[in-house]
Amino acid sequence: MPRALLFAPLALFAVLVLFLWKGLSIDPRELPSALIDKPFPTFKVEALLQPERQLSTADFIGKPVLVNVWATWCPSCRQEHEQLLRIAQENKITIIGLNYKDERVAATQWLNTLGNPYRFTIYDASGMLGLDLGVYGAPETYLLDAQGVIRHRHVGVVTEQTWIELQAIMQSWERKAA
Amino acid sequence: MIRFFIILMMLSFNGAYAAIDTYQFKDVDTQERFQQLTADLRCPKCQNQNLADSNAAIAQDLRQKIYEMLEAERSNTEIVDYMVARYGDFVLYEPRFNSQNAVLWLGPLLLLIVGLSVVIYLTRYRNKQRVTTEATPVELDAQQQARLQAVLNKDKK
Repeated sequence: MPRALLFAPLALFAVLVLFLWKGLSIDPRELPSALIDKPFPTFKVEALLQPERQLSTADFIGKPVLVNVWATWCPSCRQEHEQLLRIAQENKITIIGLNYKDERVAATQWLNTLGNPYRFTIYDASGMLGLDLGVYGAPETYLLDAQGVIRHRHVGVVTEQTWIELQAIMQSWERKAA
Repeated sequence: MIRFFIILMMLSFNGAYAAIDTYQFKDVDTQERFQQLTADLRCPKCQNQNLADSNAAIAQDLRQKIYEMLEAERSNTEIVDYMVARYGDFVLYEPRFNSQNAVLWLGPLLLLIVGLSVVIYLTRYRNKQRVTTEATPVELDAQQQARLQAVLNKDKK
């Protein structure tokens, strides 16, 4: 028997250790979106602040946007609100709100008191757009490219670190375009 | 002690909580399909529960959606495809075979083949070794013979 074969169990063990080690740092709650690299689902839903206005994908296709899924019943959404306001102030990307399974009065009041980082907010009271998007809990944030294709999904609170990661993705597009 | 029992009873009542919605089905068959589907699909939010057991808002929505699709005479495959398109393979408690999980499906078979071939190799190797040792008895040259004799003689003393 070749001598090298004696090391096969050790090699197998090393591979196993590698996989288990990697497994330790994976968050099982963070599901990969089934819609990555697919176009944002088509919809026709009214705006939160202007009920007479019907919104659709045509309202944001043309340049990259962040779509932020939020609701007043979601404590983590309040937590990330400050960061969203800061991102909006930097003016590097348009943020669109998706008010998910919420009440209009409460949501409007929220934006009036805490500040409104969104260009406009889609009022998805039934949660059907959320369903088409594969949302399973707020907050969730989607990064769309100029063609309206979903490129990245972030589940949970948007932090300063998240914003840095999102900017890195956007910069990689610019490099590709240049 | 009494206090302990009261707390125990309060705790045990919690467990009886389950997701309850009321759906009117047009026939028993549809109802059975609904139960089958909600049992086989996983809640995306509360990860180790199926849709039937979960109380999460998203599970309620998905049950509602399944109900609507059943009412609209959609097939089970259509309903499952609808869920997978939105939530990925994650929602399936019985995962489908695809390139991403091929290793998990085929891995055990592969390991079995590797193991079997190692066993076959080892047994053949040993057999061959035994055959060769039996067929050609070891021949010693004069020097080795002398050493052998010396060792044997030393034992006799």
